[in-house]
Amino acid sequence: MSQEKLVEIKNLKQHFKTGRHSVVKAVDGLNFDIYKGETFGLVGESGCGKSTTGRTIIRLYDATDGEVIFDGEDVHGKKDRSELKRFNREMQMIFQDPYASLNPRMKVEDIIAEGMDIHGLASNDKERKARVHDLLETVGLNKEHANRYPHEFSGGQRQRIGIARALAVDPSFIIADEPISALDVSIQAQVVNLLKKLQEEKGLTYLFIAHDLSMVKYISDRIGVMYFGKMVELATADDLYNHPIHPYTQSLLSAIPLPDPDYERSRERFTYDPNNHDTSEEPEFREVRPGHFVLCTTKEFEHYKKEHGVVNQ
Amino acid sequence: MEKLLEVNNLHVSFDTYGGEVQAVRGVTFDLKRGETLAIVGESGSGKSVTTKALMQLIPKPPGRIKEGEILFEGRDIAKMNEKQMQKIRGKEMSMIFQDPMTSLNPTMKVGNQIMEGLIKHQKMNKSQARKRVVELLELVGIPDPENRIKQYPHQFSGGMRQRVVVAIALACNPKLLIADEPTTALDVTIQAQILELMKDIQKKTDSATIFITHDLGVVANVADRVAVMYAGKIVEVGTVDDIFYNPKHPYTWGLLGSMPSLDSEDEELYAIPGSPPDLLDPPKGDAFAARNDYAMKIDLEEEPPMFKVSDTHYAATWLLHENAPDMDPPEMVKKRMKGMANMSSSSSEGDRV
Repeated sequence: MSQEKLVEIKNLKQHFKTGRHSVVKAVDGLNFDIYKGETFGLVGESGCGKSTTGRTIIRLYDATDGEVIFDGEDVHGKKDRSELKRFNREMQMIFQDPYASLNPRMKVEDIIAEGMDIHGLASNDKERKARVHDLLETVGLNKEHANRYPHEFSGGQRQRIGIARALAVDPSFIIADEPISALDVSIQAQVVNLLKKLQEEKGLTYLFIAHDLSMVKYISDRIGVMYFGKMVELATADDLYNHPIHPYTQSLLSAIPLPDPDYERSRERFTYDPNNHDTSEEPEFREVRPGHFVLCTTKEFEHYKKEHGVVNQ
Repeated sequence: MEKLLEVNNLHVSFDTYGGEVQAVRGVTFDLKRGETLAIVGESGSGKSVTTKALMQLIPKPPGRIKEGEILFEGRDIAKMNEKQMQKIRGKEMSMIFQDPMTSLNPTMKVGNQIMEGLIKHQKMNKSQARKRVVELLELVGIPDPENRIKQYPHQFSGGMRQRVVVAIALACNPKLLIADEPTTALDVTIQAQILELMKDIQKKTDSATIFITHDLGVVANVADRVAVMYAGKIVEVGTVDDIFYNPKHPYTWGLLGSMPSLDSEDEELYAIPGSPPDLLDPPKGDAFAARNDYAMKIDLEEEPPMFKVSDTHYAATWLLHENAPDMDPPEMVKKRMKGMANMSSSSSEGDRV
């Protein structure tokens, strides 16, 4: 993992109008960077804005405010067709529901090759077929599958097709929006292992959105925790799990049941009460430990630093 | 403790155009009062079908209970007719469904939905029932129940709706509660609340619970005993400690190994290769053999019987036969077995039962 930034998200806002006077602030001022070759995990409960964040980054929504800088270029800036096409090749998405995200009336071959057709990546039919067969093998399916329709596949196999489709245009950045939530445990492991293998082979960068915290911890290098459209804590995966600082993160971690009966018998759950925060000023994102950021006010910052910070030598 | 439920050699099949799908192929287990049994397994392993059969909720046709008996307090449910079943359903056993968004009637006020069972089974009049509903909603932790009973399901959040579903299931103080993935659709913090609620109520009412889930974390949290199902059969059953700290069946190893623990580092997850068999034409021998890294020749020929590991712990795998070679479970699983020193060697051979 390098320290070179691939994606910079600056003060990203995504507000939805729900009525004449009401606005839902799904994403409200997000700031974070994703480094080249890393997996950035985004966690939070349903409705916290994590999926909206992913969709706004890839320009499925037009951002209300803020910037997404991909490889030095603003994603939401004005672009003509060819620029947009070039950008679309770089960034791909894997969706949550493998049953809804594949067109049931298209053959697997055409689903996977659709991106290649749009970008003109295959000069003739033979090359197109060969690429599709290659991709199918990469994701652990075989080439006989190319002529079938999505309904002939199980959930795990469909998710593999979704991954093959994302890989077809040789992207450098993949947004995976809950790619394993709809799958069985044993199949989840297959897909996660596949994503890890592909990352090593192709040097991919992932934004991994999920609510299953143990899987996120396993796959991610760094993790951001979202709560009501804001990021409340950001740290490396290990640091976040070993030293959760924000009370919301603590409550979230304390709520996960682990497959260990002894641990379960002693686990204590904390409840998060947003009213316990210091309200004397607007909270800001501050670095409490090296590389470990928490949304807090000055007072809380001092307190967190005393409790969790690394002592200066 | 007294046995509340005994299921013996239960077979459930579905007749389809393609042939007979043998969804449940000989399931045997029992349940004591106040006990929680978790049934785990992949989708299609027959766990939902088994529990639906317990309440005779299998649509007939195409489904049918082919063989076996379901003894609930000594009465055989498999032989009851619909009229007899209606007296039991909702009263002596009730079910919590997976999806709180679809298991409530959107056109009925929440209070009326809970009252239905009370009026039918407990012969209460409306005002008595309403009183009890308010009590129930308080019990499941819904604030301001007096006003909430006049609202419709869409005015409740997912977690609150699931509480309503729990309240409906508990309305008549059932002796047996079947929870089919009750928290899968919920967020972790809400899941934790519902699980705590269910455990709390179980303690108060001493009801037995069958808990279906594929989340092993939830299993470790709620279960007294665990049954692992694969391809329509129970392949391993034991206390929660037996299953998590001393698993014997390779399929259980696979399930445990495919979940990362929070301290697992970069090692690869142990993924069970392939996908479950087609129950239209179940394979000969051990149904898991094709996906089993530890499969032996006999697995392809003959089905393993249940071997006894201890008084509480049984597993159906030839690895427990006295002539089987010693096999080491995958690394991920071994790490879980910490603290169980007598694991690897002699104890792995069980007696045939």
